Amino acid sequence: MKKATRFRVVSYLMICGLRSKGGINMKFRKLVGLLAVLAMVTALMAGCGGSGSSGSGDAEGGENVLHLGGIGPLTGPAALYGVAVNNGAQLAVDEINAANPDGVQLEWDMQDDEHDAEKSVNAYNKLMDDGMQVLIGTVTSAPCTAVAAEAFENRTFVLTPSASAAAVVEGNDNVYQLCFQDPQQGQIAADYIAENYPDAVVGAIYNNADNYSSGIYDAFKAEFEAKGKKVVATEAFADDANADFSAQLNSMKKHNVDFIFLPIYYTPASNIMKQASDMGYTPKYFGCDGLDGILALEGFDTALAEGSLLLTPFSADAEDDATKAFVEAYQEAYGEKPIQFAADAYDCVYAVYEAFGKTGLGTDASMEEICEALVEQFNGGFSVTGLTASGEMKWEASGIVDKAPKIYLIQDGKYVEQ
Amino acid sequence: MADRLSKSSSRVLKNVVKGNEYRKEALISYAVLVVGYILLQIGAATGFIGHNLQGQFVPICVYVSLAISLNLVVGISGELSLGHAGFMAVGAFTGVVVTRVLEQNIAFAPARLIIALLIAALTAAAAGFIIGIPILGLRGDYLAIVTLAFGEIVRNFMNVLYFGLDEKGHLKFAFNHTIDGIDNSQRIITGAIGATGVTKHATFTSAAILTAFTLFVVLNLKNSKQGRAIMSIRDNRIAGESIGLDVKKYKLMAFVISASLAGMAGCMFGQNYSTLAPVKFNFNTSVLILVFVVLGGIGNIWGGMIAAALLTVLPEALRQFADYRMLTYAIVLILVMIGTYNPAIKARISNIADKIRPKKKKDKDKEKTGKEAA
Repeated sequence: MKKATRFRVVSYLMICGLRSKGGINMKFRKLVGLLAVLAMVTALMAGCGGSGSSGSGDAEGGENVLHLGGIGPLTGPAALYGVAVNNGAQLAVDEINAANPDGVQLEWDMQDDEHDAEKSVNAYNKLMDDGMQVLIGTVTSAPCTAVAAEAFENRTFVLTPSASAAAVVEGNDNVYQLCFQDPQQGQIAADYIAENYPDAVVGAIYNNADNYSSGIYDAFKAEFEAKGKKVVATEAFADDANADFSAQLNSMKKHNVDFIFLPIYYTPASNIMKQASDMGYTPKYFGCDGLDGILALEGFDTALAEGSLLLTPFSADAEDDATKAFVEAYQEAYGEKPIQFAADAYDCVYAVYEAFGKTGLGTDASMEEICEALVEQFNGGFSVTGLTASGEMKWEASGIVDKAPKIYLIQDGKYVEQ
Repeated sequence: MADRLSKSSSRVLKNVVKGNEYRKEALISYAVLVVGYILLQIGAATGFIGHNLQGQFVPICVYVSLAISLNLVVGISGELSLGHAGFMAVGAFTGVVVTRVLEQNIAFAPARLIIALLIAALTAAAAGFIIGIPILGLRGDYLAIVTLAFGEIVRNFMNVLYFGLDEKGHLKFAFNHTIDGIDNSQRIITGAIGATGVTKHATFTSAAILTAFTLFVVLNLKNSKQGRAIMSIRDNRIAGESIGLDVKKYKLMAFVISASLAGMAGCMFGQNYSTLAPVKFNFNTSVLILVFVVLGGIGNIWGGMIAAALLTVLPEALRQFADYRMLTYAIVLILVMIGTYNPAIKARISNIADKIRPKKKKDKDKEKTGKEAA
């Protein structure tokens, strides 16, 4: 009965549709066409309005507001990182504004770049039109390199939360990184292992098609050998979707490796741990920040990662007060656990805010004045504490961050800082 | 109705014979370019146009050039090509390497740019020739599939390609690993990271000149003996063959010229940013260029130019929609597609055009057709 009714309805609609082809359809088509024209006109007017109002930020200078710009992927496959940075920075801005309503107020404006260098430069120019005074960004490395060159020419102060490639700061005196550079992570890991595990037989498995992974591995190997040690066995793979690591693990086992360096993301790492355990092979693992998140991976037995070490600037599971407060506030505001990128952005906002306070400039200062003053601060031993460093963060004149690394041990399914 | 139809068709026929249609198209195309250039320059000089739009001047010119060159394959030669970004990539990376090498020898920047453009055109033409020979025997969808594959191959090839200069300033390259003995400062292309620290050579004026050159080449080709041969093959391949046209030769001609023009546009694009990654030249970019051509009307050169310019600016103009920006962009795109292909709207536009047409000329036309009919 029910079926028959549905059939009748459908056929009725079909007949209506067929009948309407002459009359209603024409009207519909006209309507759609009109809408299209309207949409185009509105879009164009929106564009003109945007560019016409350039410099409006300067007009508000009297309100004691410092305009912070942000750039990152808010859409597209890398959106996870951009959204985290947007949330983390917004949280810091809200905290600062609420804590001191009579002092310098911050305004945060983040523009989407879809993880594309061309769009990123467009976003940067849009922020320039809107009166940005300091740039916190860009989130990802390749777009950041493009934007850094523009910022160098226009004299915008740049502090990137997470663009870790060396090219970002190279040749740009006003661009600084809050995150470790990829090679820096490799060096830190090599130093730590050489010092704390002098008797370990060390091997490495890395992704040689990935810039991040091979960047860390190259620096790790160079530093480790400089310490008079040797990486006994090295195996590579070329795809993070790789599921079978038996060849790599057998090679490790053959060389009696008992300490494997894994500068890779957590998905392949989880497969490595699982398969090693199935083989009855139980080495110790050391990962970098790509490994963060492995404990939350669905279907992963956290017991496999027990005793592993990882070098990461931030962990939402850490037990210190600052992290706990941040994680709580973040969860309340956005309903999810913060990732490393959110903490990086949070620290960036505080670093810029505090450095700006020390310059003695007012918020009506121009972008160029602020840039030179902040460069002076950052090069002159300015330091700040944050979520992503144990102790204080400082900057070298080259733009590279100087902070004590955080190394965690996975114990009872939790991160314990070493 | 029938009377009107015969009138307009005879008008078209006469215009074609007299070359009027060509002159009209060329006039509108050059006018679009010159007026656009002047308006943007005035806007920038008076401060009416902000950084955001100014930063897009070169990309607009590049995309307009790409739309014109793809129109040569899609509109004039009648083949669907989905690998235009591949040729763009070849030109872009060639340009980066050439300008970097020339920096040691030639101090005058525009000269470096011109040489880079020429070499980019040659390498892209070579790439077009190599893939054109085996595939232009294919028809329809097959050509689309192979060109799509070509675009992806170029991108993946660039992902493993390393270029650098050694101490003596000699060019070296390697696959899938960094080059021994060459430090960061001498690297030109580093695999998937692409090129970083590129000295920018592109300016709005040079990009506009490139667009004018592209337009000049395509319009003149279209109006030449070869161009008419290409179009006749598009309209009826068998008829073309029957009068002795070498189908493969003419198709290859259109394809290679289009590829070299795309290479030049890619070179200009690469010279506008300090970094260039292979991922930029993926399938989406090829499709984007195709969208310009389709939206402007396949075979309609000035239509494609306007579509390319508007669609490059549109995502930026929509920034105020924040989270809904890309959604709005997609909706606008769909509506415009529906709108411009709507016969009712097309008829309305041609009605308006008829009304605007000077009465004198219309009368003249009438007179002439009257005479002919008699």
